[in-house]
Amino acid sequence: MQEPIIRFDKVNMWFGNDFHVLRDIDLCVAPGERIVICGPSGSGKSTLLRCINRLEEHQEGHLYVDGVELTDDLKAIDDVRKKVGMVFQQFNLFPHLTVLENLTLSPMWVGKLPKKEAEARALAQLERVRIAEQAGKYPLQLSGGQQQRVAIARALCLTPKIMLFDEPTSALDPEMIKEVLDVMVELANQGMTMLCVTHEMGFAKAVADQVIFMDQGQIVEQNTPTEFFTNPRSERSKDFLSKILGH
Amino acid sequence: MNATTFEPVAARPAPVRTAGAAGWIRTNLFGDWKTGLMTLLAGGALLYVLPQVFGWAVLRAVWLPDYNACRVEGVGACWGVVAEKYRFIIFGRYPYEEQWRPLVATVLMLCLLAASCTRAFWRPWLVLIWVAILAAFFALMYGNVFGLSRIETDRWGGLPLTILLASLSITLAFPIAVAVALGRRSGLPAIRAFCTIYVELIRGVPLISVLFMASFMFPLFMPEGFSIDVLIRVLAGITLFAAAYLAEVIRGGLQAIPKGQLEAAATLGLSYWQTQIKIVLPQALAMVVPSIMNNFIGLFKDTSLVTIVSLYELTGALSLAINSDANWRPFKLEGYLFIAMIYFTFCFLMSRYSLWIEKQVNKGKAR
Repeated sequence: MQEPIIRFDKVNMWFGNDFHVLRDIDLCVAPGERIVICGPSGSGKSTLLRCINRLEEHQEGHLYVDGVELTDDLKAIDDVRKKVGMVFQQFNLFPHLTVLENLTLSPMWVGKLPKKEAEARALAQLERVRIAEQAGKYPLQLSGGQQQRVAIARALCLTPKIMLFDEPTSALDPEMIKEVLDVMVELANQGMTMLCVTHEMGFAKAVADQVIFMDQGQIVEQNTPTEFFTNPRSERSKDFLSKILGH
Repeated sequence: MNATTFEPVAARPAPVRTAGAAGWIRTNLFGDWKTGLMTLLAGGALLYVLPQVFGWAVLRAVWLPDYNACRVEGVGACWGVVAEKYRFIIFGRYPYEEQWRPLVATVLMLCLLAASCTRAFWRPWLVLIWVAILAAFFALMYGNVFGLSRIETDRWGGLPLTILLASLSITLAFPIAVAVALGRRSGLPAIRAFCTIYVELIRGVPLISVLFMASFMFPLFMPEGFSIDVLIRVLAGITLFAAAYLAEVIRGGLQAIPKGQLEAAATLGLSYWQTQIKIVLPQALAMVVPSIMNNFIGLFKDTSLVTIVSLYELTGALSLAINSDANWRPFKLEGYLFIAMIYFTFCFLMSRYSLWIEKQVNKGKAR
C-alpha cells in the first residue's frame, strides 16, 4: 500500500480533565483519498479534523502529516500548516480585507511571493471557484455561499496537499449549499486529498472513498460509502443513519 | 342569493406634508399636544435667556483693555481682560520680545498635526516629518542654536506647552497602550503579570500624584548631578498614565475578535505578530475608535493639571496672568471663557475627526 499522507496512531485527547474527546484513534489516509467523517454532535469529528493542523493538541499517541510528526515543535507545526488548507463552518474570512486581500495575505506574508504573483494566483483560485468578479468586494457584501467559496479559494492559495472541511455547508441557506458542494466535488475530481466533516450524505455517496462514523470520541465504523449506507456494520451507525435519512 | 355589490373603500387622505420648513416644524415641533407644549416651554425659556446672555456677552460688553470701564455699574462682560492679557495667556511666561518663537513653533506643530490626520500623509516618511518638525519645535522654543537665546523649559507655557504635551503624550501613549493590551493577553505569564500590574498600579492613583512623583520624587532617586528636565519627566508621567487607560480600551476591542479569526490566521500559517498586525489589531482598533478618541480628548484637557508642578500651560498661564494683576483679578470669568473656547475648538475638531475615522474603518461593513 501507498505511504499514508496522514496517520493517526493511538491518538487520545481530553478537554479539561474528564472529557475524553478522542479515544484511541487509528486512521490512515492515502494521498488523493477523499474521506467523509460523520457522527452525532459532540462525537469528536471536528476535533479529529482540527488535530491535523494542530488547532487542537492531542495529548497521547502519534500523528503524522506528510511525514512530519505533530508535536510541540513550532517549526513542524508551521511545516504542516503550509500543506494543509482548512475551510470552516463560519467561513472565518477577514471582514476588514477585500476578497483579493484575503487571498493574497498568506502567499505574500508567509510565502513571500511578490504582490503581482500572489494576485495572479489568487485570481486563478477565484476563477476555480467561479467568483473572480467579486475580487474587489468585502466579504460581508457577499452571500453565504459566495463567502464559503472565497474561503475555499483562500485555502487553495496555500497550494495545499490536503484540504480539511469542517461542516462547510452547515451555516448556509439551503439554496446555497449546492454551489459550495459543486466546487468541492470538482476539487475531489481533481485528485485533492480531502477530509470532510459533513452531514451531506449525497456528497459522501458521490465523492467519498471512505466514510468514517464517529461516536463518543471513537471511530465506530470505517467503510466504503456504498457499504456504509446500504449495510452499516454497527447498531449505532444504523441508528444514526435512520435519524438523518429517515425523513 | 344575495348580489354583492362592489363598494370601493374611501380614498385615504393625502399624507401630511413633511417636506419643507413648514412641514419640518409641524412634524418635529408640534407633532402632538405634548410635543407642542414642550416646544412652547423650551422656546419661552430660550427667548428669556438668550437676550440676557447676548446683552451681557455682546451688547453691554467692554471690549477695550480698560479695567476702569469694566467697573462701571451695569456693564456686561469685560473682554478687555483678553485684549490686555492674551499674549500672557497664550504664551505664558515666555519672554515677551521672543514670543514670535513659540508662535512659529505652534503653527508648525498644528500643521504637522493636521497633516498627520490626512490620508495623503499616511506614508512611512511621515515619521521623518515628525522628527524634523519636533526638532524645529524644540530648537525654536529652547534656543541656544542659530543665535537664538536660550529659554529654559520652566519659562515655556500657554498654548504651545498644552499642544506639545497633548500631542506627544497621545502619540507615545498609543503604541505603549497597544503593547500593554497585547501583553495582558500574552501566553507568557511574566509578560501578562507585568502588564496587569502596570495597568492596575497606574489606574489606582490620581494623575496629580503621578505628576507629583514625576516632578518631585523622581529626582530624589537619581544619582547626584544627574537630572532629566522636568518637562520630559512630566511628559513621561502623563504618557504612562494615559497609556494605562488606553490599554484597557484597546483590550476591550481585542476581546471582541471572534476566535475563528485567529484560527483562520493560524491555518494560513501567519505568525503571532503577523496575526496581530494584519488581522486582530485593525479590527479591534476599528471597534473602539469612539472610546479611543474619548480618551484622547480627556487627555488633552488633563494636560491642564501640570500647573500643579509649576508648568504653566494654557490654564496655568491664565491664572498666572490674572492673579498677578489686582486690576484684572475680578474678571477671571471672562478669561476662563476665553480659554474654554480654545479647549472646545480643539476637542470639537478631535470629535469630528473621530467620526471621519469611523467612516473610514467601517468601509468593509457597508453592504
